[in-house]
Amino acid sequence: MRKLRSFFTTGFFSLISAVWVLPVVIVLFNSFKSNDSIKTSLFTLPSTESFVGLENYIKGIFQGNYPFYLAIIYSFIITVLSVGLILLCTSMAAWYINRVDSLFCRIVYYFCIFSMVVPFQMVMFTLSKTADKLLLDTPFTIPVVYLGFGAGLAVFLFSGFIKSIPLEIEEAATIDGCNTLQIFFRVVAPIMRSTYISVAILEIMWVWNDYLLPYLVLDKREYRTIPIQIQYLQGSYGQVDYGATMALIILCLIPIISIYFFCQKHIIKGVLSGAVKG
Amino acid sequence: MRSARHNSSAVINKSQRRAIQRYSAFFLLPTVAAFIIGFVWPFVWGVYLSFFRFRTLGKTTYVGFDNYIKAFNDTTFLSSFWFTLAFTVVSLIVINLIAFFLAYAFTRKLRGSNIFRTIFFMPNLIGGIVLGYLWKIILDAVIIRYFGSALALESKYGFIGLIILVSWQQIGYMMIIYIAGLQNVPTEFTEAAKIDGANSRQLLRHITIPSVMPSITICTFLTLTNGFKLFDQNLALTAGRPNNETEMLALNIYNSFYESSTNMGVGQAKAVVFFAVVVIIALSQLYFTRSKEVQQ
Repeated sequence: MRKLRSFFTTGFFSLISAVWVLPVVIVLFNSFKSNDSIKTSLFTLPSTESFVGLENYIKGIFQGNYPFYLAIIYSFIITVLSVGLILLCTSMAAWYINRVDSLFCRIVYYFCIFSMVVPFQMVMFTLSKTADKLLLDTPFTIPVVYLGFGAGLAVFLFSGFIKSIPLEIEEAATIDGCNTLQIFFRVVAPIMRSTYISVAILEIMWVWNDYLLPYLVLDKREYRTIPIQIQYLQGSYGQVDYGATMALIILCLIPIISIYFFCQKHIIKGVLSGAVKG
Repeated sequence: MRSARHNSSAVINKSQRRAIQRYSAFFLLPTVAAFIIGFVWPFVWGVYLSFFRFRTLGKTTYVGFDNYIKAFNDTTFLSSFWFTLAFTVVSLIVINLIAFFLAYAFTRKLRGSNIFRTIFFMPNLIGGIVLGYLWKIILDAVIIRYFGSALALESKYGFIGLIILVSWQQIGYMMIIYIAGLQNVPTEFTEAAKIDGANSRQLLRHITIPSVMPSITICTFLTLTNGFKLFDQNLALTAGRPNNETEMLALNIYNSFYESSTNMGVGQAKAVVFFAVVVIIALSQLYFTRSKEVQQ
């Protein structure tokens, strides 16, 4: 009786799980179908007549006045540079703030906590104007904007961990002859490894998926990220190419989902560490 | 966590502190400089500009609280507020009920529960714009075929669509938080209650739910702020159609900046009001979390 019941509950949740992934599966199937067949029958598997192979993918990547592969490259550059910069600078700043603990440091820290509450719409207009003035409107300079707007949460998360590191470790390193830089890079940074991973994942998910900040800051004729380009293709009036859209959606999902299945535990932990942000 | 600083008896000594301070330009300056560019200055300037009428930054006129009065007299702003509120309340209830139910099921002995967790969490990783268009295609196909309408034609479909979309996105996230809370329920309590003859419903009501109250507070406020701040999904799924009826607060503010070119000061004033609403929510969260801590 017990076995039977557990069999049915597992069956029940398998069914719900199947429904849960269904949207992605539908888009996946349709990305291989012709536009006519997508419009008339979205919920059927590709048949011999409707199957078009990789045509939608090729169309999606190369067609249009802005090639999609450029958006992929820029998204990648912006994410790598921004997350690298955020990890390096905010971990150093968080350590400095906690160890020196001067009045100025406390003010910076409370400003960081305050910034976590502020919605982006509050600063979007003035931030984009400021970034334009300071020439931060390219993929190679926009990381400064990300560092600035993302500093609050990252400093907060690093600080939470730094407070738990016993000072004796750093004292011992000083006695052994380490200077300040060596203490941070050889002793403190390695201890914070798991915090680095969590913060990195959180920031990667933010920057990679972010739409409004790069849309307002970047020079859009030259530089677009994946979300910007998808919005351009869809938001504009006129004929929407469903097949190409679905192919692009799948292209966006492949890296995320494949990385997710390889390091699921880290990702869940990292994304959840952002739960403190109100 | 907060008290950890006071408990640590060892305070860094003066010479060490001075040694670190010598490197302030290296450790602190980059972050502080970027923080001023990316947050402090835009924030202060934004509050300042909300008292000015302007179309371009070259010509600003001081108008006092006029922009705020205009914002509160703007019917689209008010209707977007009510739409956002209704959306937030419904999504809060739907997401938390389902997430708690799933977490409750997956923390009991259930075959395959790890795979289920993985699957339910997955949509959380997809960005708002991609998520919005993914659902737009599917929902439109269903609505056109079975209801003879479309997302862009009737606001009720837009509302339901947004609820489905954010539920799909956030249930897995909240589920994981509830799972963490449920795993912290002391087994001595549940066992003692079982010995005393409590049935499973009594266990849930008197042991489990009180123990996971912190998780419930976190998830409630997360869904609340997520609902209020929603932008990408709203833009991608309905973009406010039809007639701005499905426009939420964040999108309304965006549109009054970039889609109408009369006076950007009104947009900035709306943004300040929006900020105030979010701060009120955050402060009440702080209050609730604190009062829970006292009880324990």
